[in-house]
Amino acid sequence: MPIDWFPLWLSLKVALLATTIAAALGLWLAWILANRSFRGKEALDAAIALPLVLPPTVLGYYLLVVLGRLSPLGKLYEWLTGSPLVFTWQAAVVAALFHSLPLLVKSARASFESVEPVYEKAARTLGASEWRVFFRVTLPLARRPVMAAAALAFARSMGDFGVTLMIAGNIPGRTQTVSVAIYDAVMAGDAARARLLVLVVSALSLLILTLANRLPPERHGRRPAAQL
Amino acid sequence: MLEARIRKLYPPGPESAAFELDVAFEAGPGFTVLFGASGSGKTLTLDCLAGFVRPEHGRILLDDALLFDAAARVNRPPRQRRCAYVLQSYALFPHMTLRQNLNFAAAGWPRPERQRRVNEAMARFRLADLAGRRPHELSGGQKQRCSIARALLGGRPSAPPGVLLLDEPAQGLDAPLRNDLYAVLRQVRDEVRIPVLLVTHSLEECFALADRMLVLLDGRIARAASPREILDEPGSLPVARLLGAFNLLPAEILSLDPARNRSRLKLASFELQGPYFPGKLIGDHVTLYIRPDQLSLTPRDGRPGPNHAPLDLLQTLSLPSGVRLEFSSGVAVEMKREDLEQWGKVKEWNVGFPADRLRVL
Repeated sequence: MPIDWFPLWLSLKVALLATTIAAALGLWLAWILANRSFRGKEALDAAIALPLVLPPTVLGYYLLVVLGRLSPLGKLYEWLTGSPLVFTWQAAVVAALFHSLPLLVKSARASFESVEPVYEKAARTLGASEWRVFFRVTLPLARRPVMAAAALAFARSMGDFGVTLMIAGNIPGRTQTVSVAIYDAVMAGDAARARLLVLVVSALSLLILTLANRLPPERHGRRPAAQL
Repeated sequence: MLEARIRKLYPPGPESAAFELDVAFEAGPGFTVLFGASGSGKTLTLDCLAGFVRPEHGRILLDDALLFDAAARVNRPPRQRRCAYVLQSYALFPHMTLRQNLNFAAAGWPRPERQRRVNEAMARFRLADLAGRRPHELSGGQKQRCSIARALLGGRPSAPPGVLLLDEPAQGLDAPLRNDLYAVLRQVRDEVRIPVLLVTHSLEECFALADRMLVLLDGRIARAASPREILDEPGSLPVARLLGAFNLLPAEILSLDPARNRSRLKLASFELQGPYFPGKLIGDHVTLYIRPDQLSLTPRDGRPGPNHAPLDLLQTLSLPSGVRLEFSSGVAVEMKREDLEQWGKVKEWNVGFPADRLRVL
């Protein structure tokens, strides 16, 4: 029997998209949380972290309510793209996003805050704009932990089950990601297919973690002494 | 020309006392050195000038541009202040090579001119052979030269650096490298011709560089003059203590004779003759100050002569410039090693206080 690899490819596509969006959005949020002070800053931080602790069904239910075909956001999406969001593979991206974003924001904020402020200070006196300070100084110095966080976010996005099932459904060949396909195979008694997918996902996850741990080391030696 | 009037108040915290910085000064061409102990507000002053700390009151003017004015609510961001600021820890970007560090600073210039400026700076600061190295591959002196070069390359053609700020530039450098740094800084003064404001707690640095020295004491400028003038006349006891270059001895004025420019002082159990001290009264308790190298020594045989105090030697310390002898009653004398060796090992001395050198605070 030929093996249907569609769920694996879909999962990789979903995880890649979700991680890319989470990186863009997450770095921006992390920069704001690390550099600006405003009312409700810690509340925002907590809100971003909430999906990490909410049960997937609860998060999935909320998303169904917010993004469903009858909700304003759902209607807006349908008007813009011509098709509904829920129960499509794009909904799986949204589900994955809610798991990768908190991971990225949390560790990017911590790594931005751990960059020695003297480097940013020096860059500012040299006439650099905030934009340039971020892309040429802060981000390169925080590169390693940020990339490690992105790898984790990618692995986490690929493995999402509960939220994906709630808002993207389980439509073979359309929205069935690899986690959902494994569940499906087990329920259908197809042990061989379940075993194969489980092994492939395990190997892939292990590979990603190994790569994240073997990122090129920082080559800049010691950090300068703290300022008095 | 930099003109600054800054007042910044830090209210007392749970574990820190209140601190107020309240300074007004000008920095013209040449070196202005801000001298003070740690915690006196030196770095804070530089941070206010460069725009990292916002004072509550005051005004900062660089040439004719207003950088900060509390009353008019002007507060330019650091990148628009035209301050070339060399931070205490060099702060070279560790992920860039030396050339990339300089290019980053010169980015405000159009490309052909940028290259010319960077190459020029590398030649001037003897960095040309190090262009491809990263900061952790440089020595302390090289890092320091690179951070000065980088600071001076900042800005844009329409707004080149207008003042060079240096925060403890010689810290962590050993003596030959310090002298090298002073030579580099003098070269900057002569070639770049912008005011240089340097912060330090080293008196040696003030003498090596300062055209004008500002003594910062607890957030206030206690004295402003040339280093030589300040050493001759510290003006107040806290400044004299901070300079650390004097014998400071409690004394009482016994008599004053303006007509003959004379006075008599009681110092512990003996009396000394000095010049007339304007503004002091008989019976005043004063602090006599005299530099250790201005005192003279003779071995004690018989009674001490006039203006000599019989003192016992407690210990002898070697200095690069000679020896320092510490006596009972907290008197220290510094002299050349040869001058001491002619006397041999003696415990009991008469210490001579030259009458015309005595000053009181």
